[in-house]
Amino acid sequence: MSDTATAAPSRPRTPEGTRRRRRGGPPGEPRAVGWLYVLPALLVYAAFLLYPLLRAVQISLYDWNGNTLATWAGLDNYVEVVGDPALRASFGHALVLIAFYALLPLVVGLVLAAILGRAKVRGLGFFRTVVFLPQVVAMVVIAVAWRRMYAPDGSINDLLSAIGLDALTRGWLGDYTAALPAVGLIGTWFEIGLVTVLLLAGMGKIPTELYEAARLDGAGAVREFFAVTLPALRGEIAVALTLTVIAALRTFDLVYVTTRGGPGTSTSVPSYEVYNRAFQQGRVGSAAAIAVVLTVIIFAISFGITRIAERER
Amino acid sequence: MRSRPTTRLIAVGALGALALTACTPGSGSDGTGSSAAPTGTVNTDPASLGQVTLTVWDQEVRGGQAAQIEELNKEFQAKYPNITLKRVSRSFDDLKTTLGLALSGNDAPDVFQANNGRPDMGKFVQAGQLLPLDRYADAYGWKDRYPESVRKYSSYSPDGKTFGTGNLYGLPQVGEVVGVYANKAVLAKAGVPEVPTDWAGFESSLQKVKDAGQQPLVLGNLDKWPAIHVFGTVQAQTTPADQIRTLGFGQSGGSWTTPENTKAAQTLVDWVDKGYFSQDVNGLGYDPAWQQFSKGTGAYLIAGTWLQADLGKAMGDDVTFVLPPKAQQAPVATGGTGIPWAVSSKTESPDAAAAYVDFITSKDAMGVLAKTENLPVADTAEQKAPSTIGQDVFTAFGTAVEDDSLVPYLDYATPTMSDTLGAALQDLLAKKATPEQFLETVQKDYGDFVAQNG
Repeated sequence: MSDTATAAPSRPRTPEGTRRRRRGGPPGEPRAVGWLYVLPALLVYAAFLLYPLLRAVQISLYDWNGNTLATWAGLDNYVEVVGDPALRASFGHALVLIAFYALLPLVVGLVLAAILGRAKVRGLGFFRTVVFLPQVVAMVVIAVAWRRMYAPDGSINDLLSAIGLDALTRGWLGDYTAALPAVGLIGTWFEIGLVTVLLLAGMGKIPTELYEAARLDGAGAVREFFAVTLPALRGEIAVALTLTVIAALRTFDLVYVTTRGGPGTSTSVPSYEVYNRAFQQGRVGSAAAIAVVLTVIIFAISFGITRIAERER
Repeated sequence: MRSRPTTRLIAVGALGALALTACTPGSGSDGTGSSAAPTGTVNTDPASLGQVTLTVWDQEVRGGQAAQIEELNKEFQAKYPNITLKRVSRSFDDLKTTLGLALSGNDAPDVFQANNGRPDMGKFVQAGQLLPLDRYADAYGWKDRYPESVRKYSSYSPDGKTFGTGNLYGLPQVGEVVGVYANKAVLAKAGVPEVPTDWAGFESSLQKVKDAGQQPLVLGNLDKWPAIHVFGTVQAQTTPADQIRTLGFGQSGGSWTTPENTKAAQTLVDWVDKGYFSQDVNGLGYDPAWQQFSKGTGAYLIAGTWLQADLGKAMGDDVTFVLPPKAQQAPVATGGTGIPWAVSSKTESPDAAAAYVDFITSKDAMGVLAKTENLPVADTAEQKAPSTIGQDVFTAFGTAVEDDSLVPYLDYATPTMSDTLGAALQDLLAKKATPEQFLETVQKDYGDFVAQNG
């Protein structure tokens, strides 16, 4: 960076140009120079993000097994994404996971943060760390551990039997109705920490005067929460939702390790389908089409969240 | 300011052009379909080949597998110091996901393990990336070493479309067969003194075990695929072997929706109804399941020979392995070979590569395999196993190969069959699908593929 910074002024430049800059024109004028500043980063970005993205779009228009010469398929792969009920269902499962990854953690996170933020508990740092802990463990490890707990002879069933709820015990991940929520709850457990810590940080920034004013007006803890805390946290909530919703939509490792999309196809999600088609079945074009659709959906949803958060500010 | 949209346009345009001029996916490789088999004489004396380096990719990373390949590589190096082996070992999953890309690139490994089925070996043959090994088979006498029932599993037509016949594209080191592991102690307690050798006896012993308050069959189907082996075993009792082969190799002319297959599917449902499996069959993982069996849960485990070392170690003389008790004349069993060793069509020294494949599948190599608790695919009957269960396994596999009664894994059939069949069997076992619905789902996958494959 320092190289470009020192090199720029020594560039041959018309006296008028220099003078105009001195007079306080916006930095980066003329525009061409601005592009030069951006160029190194842009090249890296283009090589590692834009090019692969465009290439994925291109591949999605072909019928390709990854090794032989591809044949043009037009929009066939996209038609399949829309038309195949099993694929459509996998997108539906991802939407269900949003409830578990984003909404549930947000509610629990708000409650936890409100308690941790207000209460003068001893060892608050300890509790914050404990809440955040799931975030530092690799998802694959988490998945393996939960798979054990969900097993027919696992600890969750042991617990249920111990409190007399034998009727509820089952092989959670192999049960057609329970499997998707069971996978989702792992995501809930994982994301709560992130959301709580984000919200706690946001609460720390709220001026205490606001609370004092609210209290003078006779607001109780609940009223205070809705009148002061929640509106002030809009930005943090938007960030938390963006992160968790994206995490929900691109869920792969969890499904791969716990259920492989089963039983039947009841927990299959788009990311798993992408992997499965590209690397297991040799249907790279179809996988790319799903990936592109997923990217568009993720982009649209996170764009929507930030827009709503900003507009209401 | 006016230049701003223009510059942006140029940048975007340049990127767009970059993408559009990028050639059709796959055109970087010589994806010309079949490649002509090289001709000319074969040099079977590796010592005379001069200095050669062979890059070898394998997935022999665990236990006895790792032990055998390390020993064989050491012996090969000692015998042919002019050939340097560059071994790259990966886990099975790793190898499967990276091999395709490597073969399309310029630095393809010379020798590698390519899984038999259509998504792997079939695709590579189609792309012309595998060297047909037939003239080496003639030169080294591989056709005597390997019976046809075994060679089938790595044979494809030169265009990669027909599986089970055509050119030879690889040689396996080990064999596999799915059979029945029986816990003799549990059976004895239930009043079954001997492991039944006929199907009727087997089914009635299931009921006896159930009546004795034990679980007859252990199955953990959370990973989707384990039930494929159980279904295959039952199907082999109801359906003629050649029909199963047509379906398993994905050849045209077969059908899933037959009375025989319906009977097989119905048998599985009956077993569920009679409580022969545990209630949460789809909720239990594969590994926890066989581990439960090894600790004394259940009388039978229908599984492959790859579990012999682990089960033998845990259960000692309590466990035995038999081919599926037969309903027909010959015992038909699902099985085949370990992952075959193939040679890249891009290798610069095909003679050295073939010599390596020959070396690790030779008679001496089979001895090393047996010693390190693997199931050698050739000359199995002549080998001595290091344990009783190992000897049971050798006998079973030897019998199956000799009688030509191995049928292929059903998920070999099409690139999507593993998923389709796995999910459909979960549905069947959970009674979300009737046997008829189950067979229609599978038939659709098979039928679509056959129609397209021609």
